[in-house]
Amino acid sequence: MKLMSAINLEFVVAKEDFSKAGEASSSIKKTLKKLGIDSKIIRKVAIVTYEAEMNIVIHSIGGKIMVDIDTEKIKIQAIDQGPGIEDTEKAMEVGFSTATQKVRELGFGAGMGLPNIKKNSDNFEISSEINKYTKIESLIYVNP
Amino acid sequence: MKLSEVKELLGAEILAGEDNLKTEITSAFACDLMSDVLAFVEDKSLLLTGLINMQTIRTAEMMDIEAIVFVRGKKPNDEILKLARENNMVILTTKHILYTSCGILHSKGLRGANIMHK
Repeated sequence: MKLMSAINLEFVVAKEDFSKAGEASSSIKKTLKKLGIDSKIIRKVAIVTYEAEMNIVIHSIGGKIMVDIDTEKIKIQAIDQGPGIEDTEKAMEVGFSTATQKVRELGFGAGMGLPNIKKNSDNFEISSEINKYTKIESLIYVNP
Repeated sequence: MKLSEVKELLGAEILAGEDNLKTEITSAFACDLMSDVLAFVEDKSLLLTGLINMQTIRTAEMMDIEAIVFVRGKKPNDEILKLARENNMVILTTKHILYTSCGILHSKGLRGANIMHK
């Protein structure tokens, strides 16, 4: 890690592509492992990226996940192209979900994704505009 | 408990990871809701579930879960097994229902996973 310069990763995530959902998070996890980052930190990043990736697949019309890694911190940004969240405060409530029955049959849609992302982040922000975007930003320190 | 013992106790069939049956597991978690696996599981546990899809394997991968028992006689398709093999996971399938599978393993000393309470 000592001489590592910042690494930036970017992945396009397609809507409703459930067979590929998780590939970005898998790739991010493998990169972090190669960098020798602590397994507890890797797990936190994996949860954040995977929940965010599933959110894009399930709820959005498509988006991307960007991860910036340096010696101190890992910044995860998930941005989609809409439809946006009307009430982000409501979306943060445990148990609140707009997911369809199909998504629930896949083992998701229990209204736990966003709270779980927040729980695993050292800093968390969400913003959204209807018909434009939803963006989440999660910061995880490498040496907390 | 070794995975070979889990296989034996549950009369399970092995579908992937034949070479890793010596792996020792110390706890287990059972549910069909992957959101709960992502929200609660803290240690490297055995996962027992009746949910068969790619997301089961992906969720396990994210949580460093090395072995999955599919219950109620469910068998994942080749695509799912391929992904499990890529991640060096052991995949077992048992005819027992989830409740019975957990009861058998718990009675033989395999404890429930530590979970993160909010």
